[in-house]
Amino acid sequence: MSKFGKKKKPMPAVNTASLPDIVFMLLFFFMVTTVMRETDLKIENPTLPSATEVKKLEHKSLVSTIYVGKAKDLKLGRGDKIQLNDKIATAEDVTAFIYNERSQKSEAEHPYMTTSIKADVESSVGTITDIKLKLRDVNALKLSLSSRKLEEIKQ
Amino acid sequence: MARRETPEINAGSMADIAFLLLIFFLVTTTMDVDSGISKKLSEKPPKDYVPPIIKERNIFEVNINRNNELLVEGQTMNVEDLKEAAVKFIDNGGGEGKIEDGVPTGKCDYCKGERNTSSSDHPNKAIISVQSDRGTEYGMYIKVQNELLRAYTELRNRLALDKYNTSYDVLEKAYKKDRKNEELKAKVEFVKSSYPQIVSDAEPTSAN
Repeated sequence: MSKFGKKKKPMPAVNTASLPDIVFMLLFFFMVTTVMRETDLKIENPTLPSATEVKKLEHKSLVSTIYVGKAKDLKLGRGDKIQLNDKIATAEDVTAFIYNERSQKSEAEHPYMTTSIKADVESSVGTITDIKLKLRDVNALKLSLSSRKLEEIKQ
Repeated sequence: MARRETPEINAGSMADIAFLLLIFFLVTTTMDVDSGISKKLSEKPPKDYVPPIIKERNIFEVNINRNNELLVEGQTMNVEDLKEAAVKFIDNGGGEGKIEDGVPTGKCDYCKGERNTSSSDHPNKAIISVQSDRGTEYGMYIKVQNELLRAYTELRNRLALDKYNTSYDVLEKAYKKDRKNEELKAKVEFVKSSYPQIVSDAEPTSAN
């Protein structure tokens, strides 16, 4: 019965030598997938409309985003506001915004540049139309109306 | 002097450092992929541009008023029924198609519509015109656009299934993966040009 007579050994510690490896792996995954948000939202985070026929935007670097929604700052009024880069702007500024975006890209890429409008469901079509007309003026014809992907519209 | 062994660097805090970085990236990461309804705006017309005369029956008129109500071809309608009405209109095939590069496309031989003489001639002539009010809610506008696109997708899928035994979605996906495949390209182009998406946005009305 020597088996039972043995002294109890202390539990061996779990080997944590591979822990840094695991953590590093996760770290690299997030480092690669991360996209830093470049702009501060001056408007309330827009609730995007949902649609089934959406297309994913490829080539993220060629996308310029225009936000439309209500301003966070109540002093600016409750109407629809347009945000370009970091500032609340008017539809007239869209022209300059597009020229600025273009100047950062090479000439050959210009035809592939897309404008993505992230507008709140409650904003009005008039505001969007103003933007569209300005975009047409500067020949930025590729447009994406940002919406969430919905598998099937519930009826 | 006794030679000392070089002490090993203590790697115990390595995990802590990595964790710190990991948490930083976890917090800052945004995984959302931007997706949306893609539209191609029309070019700005020249000053002396005279719009072509289009037959009334080739235009499918959709009106959205400021109360988000829908008026389709002069009748009120629910958004749920819009897709069906649009399919019926596009797929009517009541006459000759338009003339492309001097070659008339002739009658629509793949259409399964009613061939009603008071509705559209050919899918490549059928124009959907969406007119909204400045006060229309953007969400409603997107809903309508989405329903119209769904109508086109349904027709394209049907045609692709009949002709190639695969749906258009599958064809398009395969083509996106293999851009050099001429056969696939021809198929996708054919289905696309058979039911071209012609959705035009009319200048919105305003109250004043």
